[in-house]
Amino acid sequence: MDYIKAFAVGGIICVIGQILISLTNMTPARILVMFVTGGVILTALGIYEPIVEFGGAGATVPLTGFGYSLAQGVFKAVDEHGLLGIFIGGVTATAAGIAATIFFGYLVSIIFQPKVKK
Amino acid sequence: MGGKILPEGTMILENPVYIRGKGSAVGQEEAKGPLSDYFDIKADNAKWGEKSFEFAEKKFFMSACKKAVEDAGLSLNDIDLLLGGDLLNQIITASYSARDLGLPFLGLYGACSGMAQALATGSMLIDGGFGNNILCAASSHYATAERQFRSPLELGTPKPPTGQDTVTGAGATVISSEKGNNKVVIRALTIGRCVDFGITDANNMGAAMAPSAVQSILTHLQNRGKNPLDYDAVFTGDLGMFGSKLMIDLAQKCGVDLSEVHHDCGSMIYEGMKSKRCGASGCGCCAVVLNGYILRQLEQGNYRRILFTATGAMMSTTSVQQGESIPGIAHVIEMERV
Amino acid sequence: MNIREQLNIGNYNAYVKKEMPKSKVFSECIRAFFVGGLICTLGQAIRNFAQYTLELSENEVSAFTSIILIFLGALLTGLGVYDIIGNFAGAGSIIPITGFSNSVVSSALEFKAEGYIVGVGAKLFTVAGPVLVYGISSSIVVGLIYYLLKLLGMA
Repeated sequence: MDYIKAFAVGGIICVIGQILISLTNMTPARILVMFVTGGVILTALGIYEPIVEFGGAGATVPLTGFGYSLAQGVFKAVDEHGLLGIFIGGVTATAAGIAATIFFGYLVSIIFQPKVKK
Repeated sequence: MGGKILPEGTMILENPVYIRGKGSAVGQEEAKGPLSDYFDIKADNAKWGEKSFEFAEKKFFMSACKKAVEDAGLSLNDIDLLLGGDLLNQIITASYSARDLGLPFLGLYGACSGMAQALATGSMLIDGGFGNNILCAASSHYATAERQFRSPLELGTPKPPTGQDTVTGAGATVISSEKGNNKVVIRALTIGRCVDFGITDANNMGAAMAPSAVQSILTHLQNRGKNPLDYDAVFTGDLGMFGSKLMIDLAQKCGVDLSEVHHDCGSMIYEGMKSKRCGASGCGCCAVVLNGYILRQLEQGNYRRILFTATGAMMSTTSVQQGESIPGIAHVIEMERV
Repeated sequence: MNIREQLNIGNYNAYVKKEMPKSKVFSECIRAFFVGGLICTLGQAIRNFAQYTLELSENEVSAFTSIILIFLGALLTGLGVYDIIGNFAGAGSIIPITGFSNSVVSSALEFKAEGYIVGVGAKLFTVAGPVLVYGISSSIVVGLIYYLLKLLGMA
């Protein structure tokens, strides 16, 4: 059941992205920025939490989930550290993702070559 | 000197300018297309044994130039001047090739109109007596252009339906003041203006360039007192399939029917290849089709008289990011079999 | 001859838009749905594995899942597979975190020829940069609002 929910929720979030791309010609960088920021805002408004509870990975794997982690982290840190938490929370909660992106990105860039395909 | 230049940029050459040699070098994708047999040199892959795609593009440029000089029955010492351009920032392909060829060099930038720009400039120089043999060349490379103007090769973003693929390849032509055994002559040309109809989508260059093509071709026809059927073919550079359709429509609206004689190099080179969507673009596109296909057809007598119109989209990544619209330009070269 | 005077096309952009070959939005959405759904299902499998087999804590589960997916996205990009998937799936493979990984790696990979510092090192952030800037900044803004609301006793 987990899997079906993840599939459906993840699929729907991607369809929203696809509609934006098809109809507005948005570049992927814009889309990604929009989804992360959108995730932060929806989480702050309390809308994204229920989606995550329902969809599991379907809601955390899309980039909105990255925004969700950022916002969740900040709220938690504000509860624990007060004002300083605003700056501690986001990056702490997403540290693994950021570090992995930079490191694996670097590693892959060193090992592989870009190719021209048909 | 009266009468050499007509209003609106059409030049009538007093002294015939002959096509003396031609050379084309293409990448593997182009070699899979329907025009494959016409190209002189085919690379086995996009890097062609070089350390970067930029070096590979230079190799295409150099190979096409050397082939054209050889085809002309000349050596590099007989060449008075090299005129050429490409798409890369500061036209490095042409400049570095000029360094290696050791020729007097004028670098030209006309986006994808490079080949016609070089031929036009060269023809005027020869007509004016400033050279006997001039080498004109243009090149582009899918991988170098893609990363400069669009997105990285490995980026997983589908291309929009109006997108065109940059041709990997280079074409070079030796033009000459001597008749010799040469069969093709340039008699007139039209230097285009930058025409901007307000297209801002860099993935829709055919639409941005179509009005300029109509402008230049119709100006040329008018100034020459001809109608489209006086020519066996009117080639455009790289409007692609969608841009070609727009151009025919726009010309029709201006009261000229080009549909009988029009061919588009960008549509021809990848014709029938499914993955290529709207066709090809890039300086190399019409350069290789001209030097591979069109000149051969003229020499063999399959065409008597044609117009070769290379179109260019005169934008940069900066202007596009700043939301500026894309001006198009088109230069027309009239060629004839003698 | 002046094409502007000869042609009576009020709005060229609108005219072009009308004539343009249309992207097939419906079939694109279907493909995005399936591929996006599949990637998320894979994410769910990794989550479940982390949670039930490795018995990690909740925070560790998300970290584990992100790391694996980012690794897969980067690897498939390096192997030259991800852009083929992307051509088929569109947003289906852009929106998941694997797509973020792909955007990051593809720009770095491409600029390898410019060296490891100003090439790979700098270009890693072509896409990652804006995403982090807007993600982190917006989280700080909502954090600040949350903090103020708490002070006022409203949250």
